[in-house]
Amino acid sequence: MATIASAFRRPTHPTGISAWLTTIDHKRIGVLYGVTSFFFFLVGGLEALIMRAQLARAGHEVVSPEVFSQLFTMHALTMIFLGVMPLSAAFFNLIVPLMIGARDVAFPRLNAFSYWVFLFGAILLQSGWFLGGSPNSGWFAYAPLTSIDFSPGAGMQYYTVGLGVLGVSSLAAAFNFIVTIINMRAPGMTLMRMPVFIWMTLVTSFLLVTAFPVITVGLIQLYFDRTFGMNFFNTAAGADPLLWQHLFWVFGHPEVYILILPAMGIVSEVLPTFSRKPLFGYHVVVLSGITIGFMGWAVWSHHMFTVGLGPVANSVFAITTMAIAIPTGVKIFNWLGTMWKGSIQMSTPMLYALGFITMFTIGGISGVMHSQAASDAQQQDTYFIVAHIHYVLFGGSIFAIFSGIYYWFPKMFGRMLDEGLGNIHFWGTFMGFNLTFFPMHFLGLDGMPRRIYTYSSGMGWDFWNLIATMGSLVIAVSTLVFIVNFIRSLKKGEVAGDDPWDARTLEWSMSSPPPIYNFQEIPRVTGRDPFWEEKYPHGQPIPAGGAQQNSDYEGPSAWSSRDEEGMAEAAKLGIHMPGLSIFPFITAVGLSMAGFGLIYSYVLGGIGVALTLYGIYSWALEPVAEEPTHGAEH
Amino acid sequence: MNSSSVVEQEHLPETTTGIDHRKMLMWAFLGSECMFFGSLITTYLVYEGKSLVGPYPADLFDIPVTSVSTFVLLMSSLMMVLAYNGISNGNVRRFRAWILCTAILGATFLGFQVFEFYEFAHHGLTPRTNLFGTSFFTLTGFHGAHVTVGVIWLLSLFLYSFRGNLAKDHGLNVDMAALYWHFVDVVWIIIFTVVYLIGVAGEL
Repeated sequence: MATIASAFRRPTHPTGISAWLTTIDHKRIGVLYGVTSFFFFLVGGLEALIMRAQLARAGHEVVSPEVFSQLFTMHALTMIFLGVMPLSAAFFNLIVPLMIGARDVAFPRLNAFSYWVFLFGAILLQSGWFLGGSPNSGWFAYAPLTSIDFSPGAGMQYYTVGLGVLGVSSLAAAFNFIVTIINMRAPGMTLMRMPVFIWMTLVTSFLLVTAFPVITVGLIQLYFDRTFGMNFFNTAAGADPLLWQHLFWVFGHPEVYILILPAMGIVSEVLPTFSRKPLFGYHVVVLSGITIGFMGWAVWSHHMFTVGLGPVANSVFAITTMAIAIPTGVKIFNWLGTMWKGSIQMSTPMLYALGFITMFTIGGISGVMHSQAASDAQQQDTYFIVAHIHYVLFGGSIFAIFSGIYYWFPKMFGRMLDEGLGNIHFWGTFMGFNLTFFPMHFLGLDGMPRRIYTYSSGMGWDFWNLIATMGSLVIAVSTLVFIVNFIRSLKKGEVAGDDPWDARTLEWSMSSPPPIYNFQEIPRVTGRDPFWEEKYPHGQPIPAGGAQQNSDYEGPSAWSSRDEEGMAEAAKLGIHMPGLSIFPFITAVGLSMAGFGLIYSYVLGGIGVALTLYGIYSWALEPVAEEPTHGAEH
Repeated sequence: MNSSSVVEQEHLPETTTGIDHRKMLMWAFLGSECMFFGSLITTYLVYEGKSLVGPYPADLFDIPVTSVSTFVLLMSSLMMVLAYNGISNGNVRRFRAWILCTAILGATFLGFQVFEFYEFAHHGLTPRTNLFGTSFFTLTGFHGAHVTVGVIWLLSLFLYSFRGNLAKDHGLNVDMAALYWHFVDVVWIIIFTVVYLIGVAGEL
């Protein structure tokens, strides 16, 4: 080991916790993203359960109205910014380099930085629970309601600063994946040979890069108003109360596609594998995804149909909203076409992908109902909207994310998740989900408003609310089944071969889990499903069953020893591996300290800025661990 | 076991742009900056003429003075080009001279801005006075902050040139700073036109 260690000036072989603090390996960072965001997914779920307990019966008093307002606000913020977005980022990290045939992302240290900023930003956003109150205005935080006169206290400051810090993380990650995908594809993988998941990652990254600066400006304005007494949202000084709504939804609607496009990418990988057919209408699926990305910018005012923009604006946004259903519908038909006459295998990833298609379609249809400005005026702020967003974000994004977890778990950890428990998890979640959210359609059409902490029993809402609460408990129990399955399978799961699903894309061509350097030899790509075409050259019959298991393989060894072996192998093979680095972590600590400083004290903020600068300069001046005599990279 | 898709060494289509990763990152970053300043400028325009109390733009703007500071910033872009030209020809001394000039002109522009802010405050305009003050100081303040970061970056490159090799990769490190600097410059041209010139013209 010593000879290898001396070749690098950056730390190379730390173990235990320091290995995770200094890691720049996209696979480790992906695992960090996944574990952290799943933890916050559970936090968001807990918040939802408390709300469902409160709403189970009319006049219930589980929590006070003040706490209830914080709960629904934090539930949305947690699920969107700390749950679904970083879970998607976990897949970007784990899968993108493997799928495009690269050794890592373009900027491994920036990648680590994105994760650490996400973690500290998440802690900042959640710290209101322990430090005098969380944001309580709904996730859209309409100003002037959120200005200092109407929302005193620290709560909204966690919102402005917390989302600002999380934005830095998302932007850094988006830059990284744009460059990685555009510049680092394996030879022969042209744009129209990229897997659809890669395409959707690219479109999502562009949406992040363009949408986040807009909300950043809104957050800065709100912070300035609240902290320095400026007038952006001060109607007494002539301010326009719609300014915030426009800034927020110009960001907020592309954000919806940031949440769903990665899910569509995952499903577009899972369906062909388990139908044993190529994706139907690849070009159309890709172009629909790009179209959604563009059109996502032209629909934001459908969130504002009831504020009085006038008939012209309402009509225009009604039409664009109806139009955006077209590329989405096209994708659904292409997924159905993929399965048509395929030899379908009902494994858990496939079950979740099918769940995604059906549930997302229901959510899509209620979405088209909202696009009618006139009928939206009836649905606005009712439980009908709550039902809609959960059908697209839970039934859509979360189902697809679970599909991806079951699909790629064997690749990441070398073992299979248990199919039996997986089935219980799927059917439990599927039934619990529909029990919870389908009745909300009825409640909404019956006039039950969103964001009320209780209701009187004469309204006739008792029955469906009780059903919804019971459904949420079913979801909670199924999620526990998943956690048991995950932890158990890490150690005791059936050993997975390199290619347990007989899949199509490059990541399945390497060992499970992949070595630290990914590819011994950068693959050369001649088609759209490169690994499939290698296994089954043109003209050969395709067997109906799955792939074979390696019989003499005893399962993966521990992560750190695997990495050490991998580094030694890489050195032997002449593959240049970048050293580890602590400075992304230090810079992220500095940045979040500066964030806390914006809320509490400028002294703390100053220390944070100094630490950030120290981190950035050390990062820039850190030796790249590039030894010219060390061997060729390519 | 790991080698995959090893096919005949036939010709495969290009899959990379040939642009350095870092430079492409810079372009993506500037793309997001466009949206950032776009949102700030939009806010300014939405609130233009909406202030309920003075002072108003036409009471305060001194177009000749701001024209001089605009000219200074534009010239700094020229200096930046010359500095990059120096380093990409491997001439470190020429690079040092011009990058120092760029930083000095940038700092001069910031000096003008401080003077202007001070003058405006003296005439009763603060960020809290009215919508004009709020949106004006936020927009130009963030631009000034970007110029400040740029000046620090340029000076860092100047100092680094004594220690490391800036000429490698065709002066990429300087190239990236130059991209940023020109971008900040372009943003100022838009601010000068939209905020200052149109702001005064609208009142005439």
